[in-house]
Amino acid sequence: MSEDSVPVLRAEGLVKTHHGEGAPAHAVRGVDLSVARGEFVAITGPSGAGKSTLLHLLGGLQRPDEGSIWLDGRCTDSFGEARWAVERRKAIGIVFQFFNLVSNLSVADNVELPALLAGASPKQARAEREALLAELGLAGKERGMPGELSGGEQQRVALARALVNHPPLLLADEPAGSLDSKGTREVMRLLSRFHARGQTIVLVTHDARLASAADRVISFFDGRIADDAALDGAPPRRAGISGVLELKD
Amino acid sequence: MRLALLALLARGPAHGYELKQDLEQLLGSAYPQPNVGQIYVTLGRLEKSGLIEGEDVEQSSRPNKKVYHLTDAGREALHVWFEETEDEPRVRDEFFMKLALAPQTGLADQITLINKQRRQYLTTMRSLSKLAAAENRDNRIAQLLIEGAMLHLQADLDWLERCQEELE
Repeated sequence: MSEDSVPVLRAEGLVKTHHGEGAPAHAVRGVDLSVARGEFVAITGPSGAGKSTLLHLLGGLQRPDEGSIWLDGRCTDSFGEARWAVERRKAIGIVFQFFNLVSNLSVADNVELPALLAGASPKQARAEREALLAELGLAGKERGMPGELSGGEQQRVALARALVNHPPLLLADEPAGSLDSKGTREVMRLLSRFHARGQTIVLVTHDARLASAADRVISFFDGRIADDAALDGAPPRRAGISGVLELKD
Repeated sequence: MRLALLALLARGPAHGYELKQDLEQLLGSAYPQPNVGQIYVTLGRLEKSGLIEGEDVEQSSRPNKKVYHLTDAGREALHVWFEETEDEPRVRDEFFMKLALAPQTGLADQITLINKQRRQYLTTMRSLSKLAAAENRDNRIAQLLIEGAMLHLQADLDWLERCQEELE
């Protein structure tokens, strides 16, 4: 297989059951998934459908009860905690709903830290950070602390942090879940922009507007994939876009 | 369209092509291809019903153009328009009837229907987000129109999700 035909991410037969206080919760019940290089995939579904658990499995934040995951063709079955942490530093960037920034580090340090941990020189780390923050419209905020920023700004810092090591895969778990409509649009615009440049993205969201930025939407229900639809190349429809915007008569 | 044209004429007389341009400017790319033919037809109807009056204006090297102005009846119609509230968007639509009747007919599967409908909504949603990204950000009216369309679709998608949860 040529390098491009190896999926960035592949999962087979993933199963995850949460054993809490009540009855066991079957969060993920047999998921096969393949994400090609450069693809932007959104996973949507009601809350409690298991989509966040699925994303956590894909990022090694939780381990499946059954099934396997391959990153760039490498099987992760034997990966321990430490190895997954390395993957999350280099191969997988993750953004979360509540940003998860380090609150007592400056914006600049939050972004530079993963670069330094991955072995970049301080000079390289600073250059990457400067470029990303400028790109995300945060130039001038680098000395600020996360708590001084708006939610939308914090999520942009989190995005910079996730992308500072140029990971082949970006995972986003409800990245606009705690943002207002304006912040949602902003996140949408930025994800689209990085995707246009070739970034592979897997996004979990209950927000259909956000999902529509992706070129493939997976509907997740009750721990299973209910539908997997490519959005481009769909046949033209009768009403479609003009139908929802037009002035009658 | 009828009332929108009347409202544009409330500012002063204009001819058909000007009105088309005004609509384009107001709604930006969010207004799908204002069809000048449709505008002339509508103006004709408005004139027939006495809400506007047209006046031929001679042009040196071109055919006459018709400049329209609002009549008193037209102004009254606008007052009524602004006074009234609008109907809610439809809830019980064709899709709902398909969903409700599918099991009895044995001709279609509810989940398949939902998935198909969701694909269409998502594709339209995607076109709308592209339109929003392409539209001038300073055109607030156009942006609000697109955002409104997206929020309606989002509600439809949420409802499909509820249907799927209940019916699966």
